[in-house]
Amino acid sequence: MSDSVTRTAVVASRVGLHARPASLFVQAAAATGLPVTIAVGDGDSVGDPVDARSILMVMGLGAKHGDTVTLSAEGENAEAALAELAKLIETDHDA
Amino acid sequence: MPEFHGVGVGTGAAVGTAVVLAPAARPPADEPPDTDAGPRIRAAFDAVAGSLRERADKAAGTTAEVLQATALMAADPGLLAVVDQKLSRGAGPATAVDQAVEQFCEVLAASGPYLAERVTDLRDVRDRVVARVLGLAEPGVPQLTGPSVVIARDLAPADTAALDLTLVAGIVTELGGPTSHTAIIAAQFGIPCLVRVAGALQVAAGVTVALDARAGTLTTDPGSEVVAAIEARRAARAALAASAGGPGRTADGTAVQLLANVGTVEDAGRAAAQDVEGVGLFRTEVLFLDRTSAPTLAEQTDAYETVLAAFGTRKVVVRTLDAGADKPLAFVESADEENPALGVRGLRTARRHPELLATQLQALAAAAERTGTDPWVMAPMVSTPAEAAEFATTARAAGLRHVGAMVEVPAAALRAGQLVAAGLDFVSIGTNDLTQYTMAADRLEGELADLLDPWQPAVLQLVALTGTVDVPVGVCGEAARDPLLALVLVGLGVRSLSMAPASVPAVRFALSRTDLATCEAMAQSALAADDPDQARDAAARLADQGVLAL
Repeated sequence: MSDSVTRTAVVASRVGLHARPASLFVQAAAATGLPVTIAVGDGDSVGDPVDARSILMVMGLGAKHGDTVTLSAEGENAEAALAELAKLIETDHDA
Repeated sequence: MPEFHGVGVGTGAAVGTAVVLAPAARPPADEPPDTDAGPRIRAAFDAVAGSLRERADKAAGTTAEVLQATALMAADPGLLAVVDQKLSRGAGPATAVDQAVEQFCEVLAASGPYLAERVTDLRDVRDRVVARVLGLAEPGVPQLTGPSVVIARDLAPADTAALDLTLVAGIVTELGGPTSHTAIIAAQFGIPCLVRVAGALQVAAGVTVALDARAGTLTTDPGSEVVAAIEARRAARAALAASAGGPGRTADGTAVQLLANVGTVEDAGRAAAQDVEGVGLFRTEVLFLDRTSAPTLAEQTDAYETVLAAFGTRKVVVRTLDAGADKPLAFVESADEENPALGVRGLRTARRHPELLATQLQALAAAAERTGTDPWVMAPMVSTPAEAAEFATTARAAGLRHVGAMVEVPAAALRAGQLVAAGLDFVSIGTNDLTQYTMAADRLEGELADLLDPWQPAVLQLVALTGTVDVPVGVCGEAARDPLLALVLVGLGVRSLSMAPASVPAVRFALSRTDLATCEAMAQSALAADDPDQARDAAARLADQGVLAL
């Protein structure tokens, strides 16, 4: 078991982490097979993390366009998995 | 043969098996706790998620995406965790599901307007899971196996989308009104429909029922003579559709264009294959619904190009965006209005967002150029000559040559001459809204169906005033598809009628059996009537027997 990894990403979708972007993110998070969490903010101002595999919790974060979010996971290949998920968040799916 | 009464939409009739849409079950108030219910509830969520995924696979585009997201909600680990928590605290199984869902609905609702529709989807998941947990049938639309008469309290757009319309012989609702969503869908597909039928849900599922929209009746276990009469009427209509064709003309040869109302690019494709003279109303706001941002110039140009190309040299009348507080769009902020129907809607939206209208006109002009066509464009909810003038200037500057306005507001009808003089090439009367505003009766208020009758002499009088202008006058709205009323409209000066394509053959036939002088006499006698029933009877007395049999 490796240590817990965290990284940040900025929400690129114009509508925030809602609807289609949230749906894509949650499916990708579930596909990693790791217990991934997501929270709004970073560093000292980070909010409560929620289960990234829960679309309701992720949409409930209300993360808007331009917000920074913090992803965490632990386990095999956690670093690579988070890099993939961060890339998804930093893509504007409505463009 | 028990009989129920309601308000008919159109004049069709049908016989079929009653399919009753169950209202959603609620958790019992005194549900006992059951801490072992976890696996059973999980199985119910799994089953609902599975069937949503299945529906998503069969759907396309936005619908598929929405269903996919809804399936994710039904399999949401966060939601299941809260359900477990409620169970362990002593809530009954269905109650636990209900409470957990409501907790998330509050969170979603608090995150802003984008998520309001997701709240609806989540509650739909709840209703399905609660029904399964209680061992009841899932609410909503069952699989149809033969010609069915669908009976419901009311039909949501999601319900109609799930129906296999090829098997829907008729639709009956307890609520709704003649211009409600259900009625418009029914018209679109030529499905006989009755609304405002008190007690309709008492009809047992599986029995044979006959519905007659002209008589406004729903009969259970109809006798063989009732069935035979309805079958004969259906056969006569079908024969009519097959026999007559071509442009609309009165018996003495006055041209009356028969046009189609369309909402989506797909609708337009279907309508173009029909025997219609073009499109009298292309409702562009449908392109904007379900969108989180306004469609780009390029997207709109492509959509309009497809529609214009489908109709080639035939006439296409495009109505600019008709949005407002009653038809909200995610990307147009709309203040909470006390009376949305009287608020910032239709052309008035351009006061706040001139760029939306500008882009739309630009896209239409570009599509016209690409297809080498000459579309007509009109603005909804025009009230004054100044508004008409401004719209005409903007549209012409964009390069569009046929510019008109909808006449839906009594002010526009009363001063139709001045409106036209402000620079319009045509007007089109939207009878649904004109009736609502003339009678001060909400279109969606089924209880006021009698006031919303387009045969109201006051409404006809406003049509008559509009009919005197010296540019082409059309009607788009429910009124145009009633063959008898269509004749009255022609008698009042209307020269194009736009309706759901399925209604065109009956109107074409009515015109072919009636000369212009008779239409005018019908119009005068309807205007002289005191109420809608008298107006209808007065017109009917002058009508050809073949028209009355429709």
